[in-house]
Amino acid sequence: MTVFLIRRLMQAVVVLFVMSLIVFVGVYAIGNPIDILISPEADQIERERAIEALGLHLPMWEQYFVFLQRAVTGDLGRSFAFSTPALELIVERMPATLELAVAAMGISILVGIPLGMWAGFRPDSVGGRAIMAGSILGFSLPTFWVGLMLIMVFAVHLGWLPSTGRGQTVEVLGMHFSIFTLNGWTHLLLPAFNLALFKMALVIRLTRAGMRENLLMDYVKFARAKGLSTGRVIFVHVMKNIMIPVVTILGLELGSVIAFAVVTETIFSWPGMGKLIIDSINQLDRPVIVAYLLITVSMFIVINLVVDILYSVLDPRVLLKEMKS
Amino acid sequence: MTVTTPDRVETAAPAAEPTVVSPLRRFWIEFRESKVAVVGLAGCVVIIALALLAPLISPQNPYDLMQLDIMNGRLEPGEKGLDGQTFWLGTDDQGRDMLSGILYGIRISLAVGVASGVLAMMLGASMGLLAAYFGGRVDTLIMRVVDLQLSFPAILLALIMVAVLGQGIDKIIIALVAVQWAYYARTIRGTALVERRKEYIEAARCLALSDGRVVFRHLLPNCLPPLIVVGTVQVAHAIALEATLSFLGIGLPITEPSLGLLIANGFEYMLSGKYWISFFPGLALLVTIVSINLVGDQLRDVLNPRLRK
Repeated sequence: MTVFLIRRLMQAVVVLFVMSLIVFVGVYAIGNPIDILISPEADQIERERAIEALGLHLPMWEQYFVFLQRAVTGDLGRSFAFSTPALELIVERMPATLELAVAAMGISILVGIPLGMWAGFRPDSVGGRAIMAGSILGFSLPTFWVGLMLIMVFAVHLGWLPSTGRGQTVEVLGMHFSIFTLNGWTHLLLPAFNLALFKMALVIRLTRAGMRENLLMDYVKFARAKGLSTGRVIFVHVMKNIMIPVVTILGLELGSVIAFAVVTETIFSWPGMGKLIIDSINQLDRPVIVAYLLITVSMFIVINLVVDILYSVLDPRVLLKEMKS
Repeated sequence: MTVTTPDRVETAAPAAEPTVVSPLRRFWIEFRESKVAVVGLAGCVVIIALALLAPLISPQNPYDLMQLDIMNGRLEPGEKGLDGQTFWLGTDDQGRDMLSGILYGIRISLAVGVASGVLAMMLGASMGLLAAYFGGRVDTLIMRVVDLQLSFPAILLALIMVAVLGQGIDKIIIALVAVQWAYYARTIRGTALVERRKEYIEAARCLALSDGRVVFRHLLPNCLPPLIVVGTVQVAHAIALEATLSFLGIGLPITEPSLGLLIANGFEYMLSGKYWISFFPGLALLVTIVSINLVGDQLRDVLNPRLRK
């Protein structure tokens, strides 16, 4: 276990380093922020002062080392556009994204698992088939288009829910959250559902497959032979076994939900990290791009590690020693 | 004809040797067992035909400014324009016929999706074959990169690529290839590892054929079926991903109006109730992706030797 952890952590550091190099070199090779950030009316002296202040006069490798040195101490550079530290800018937006991702995850689990269990329990019924058809649609529907349609139906035509922003927020532990106010929930519902749709389809498929597989197993026959009710067999015995793959996949998907929030946030003007990165790419705000990518990559590495460990706890058959990566 | 063991000929032949009639026929008989898949196939054929024939069948050339009249802007579906022509799917803000815009949009979306799919397949298949055939360090190195890449979601990688490369149709294709190749590599490696141990490969090696010849003429054709399945699904993914990036404004440039860009263009009119500028391109995108996925689903069942009756 310890060896596994150490190996994984070392691997994580290497990945992070490689990613930082790729992202930094790549991002700093495109465009010239001087032209964007310094007004064309500035005279030569003002220009040079600005270049020096932004550290753009140094050769690229030197810029990278300065960047790396500062990154280790938590300073990921200043945003060209906002003149605030990039890290602060992202951390400030993080609660909004996390809130959206967690709400989406919650919706996809609460809706997906019951539907998937039903589809697995009665695969040939009309309901089961309809659920499966729905899940294919869930996979195929482009997220952003569904978002637009949700806005069209629920915000424009029916006028039930607001289409943009976070609404009223409450400050908890120094961060702002919408989930604690009713108004916040009305703002959260549409984007969270939009983001949840794809995962819901995934959860339905996983649960259905697990259900069908497990129903054929001997332990189910044994439980039935003992005279247990169908409800108990399914919700206690089968459920436990279904949850293993579902939990693993969902854990891995949490990261992808955060990444895909980029799309949902743009549509619903949700002021999270995703909207920030799109704006930054368009403005060539390089410190923010680099910081965002590094933070997201680190988040992924942590999530993958936690899922691997969780997996071994949930399913004792998986030995960490056997897992190569 | 490559050296193959008899039981593999049937599964590989439809892809590798389309001239052999009976397996192809058998393939079709099995494929049409699912009516939904046949509908999907029909959808694919129609969409490809529309894309190829777009300049011939669309009512106007949507990007010839001479044919546009700003006075026709934002007409509802079915309304008549100034010259008496009917705009069945309405017009956008510049008086462009949406139907024509969509036909040209499908063309661009499909072209980008298929081009990136084919390139990714070529790169991924070569990498996967190399890994499986040579094994050892090469295998470890390639598969590590694949594992690493697959642990990040496609959209994040695409964002990195776009941030690094900048915009443009060629850059988007490169980004899509970079995102997708790992799926092909992993798939073909799995198949190739099994195939590599078979006698025909041994026979080919005993004939002192070069590594390249053994890999590409003997190993590759027998690994094709799963690759085709992944290919169909990945093309659908590529189309969706390109549309997403274009919608976000970091994909194709405005000069290459794919379906994603058309949808983005209609976004601002959405809130004023002008739904058709976004709705119809989205519908076209949806039909395209669903059709390809349906075909891919059935292909997986038909080409999977384990499910063979």
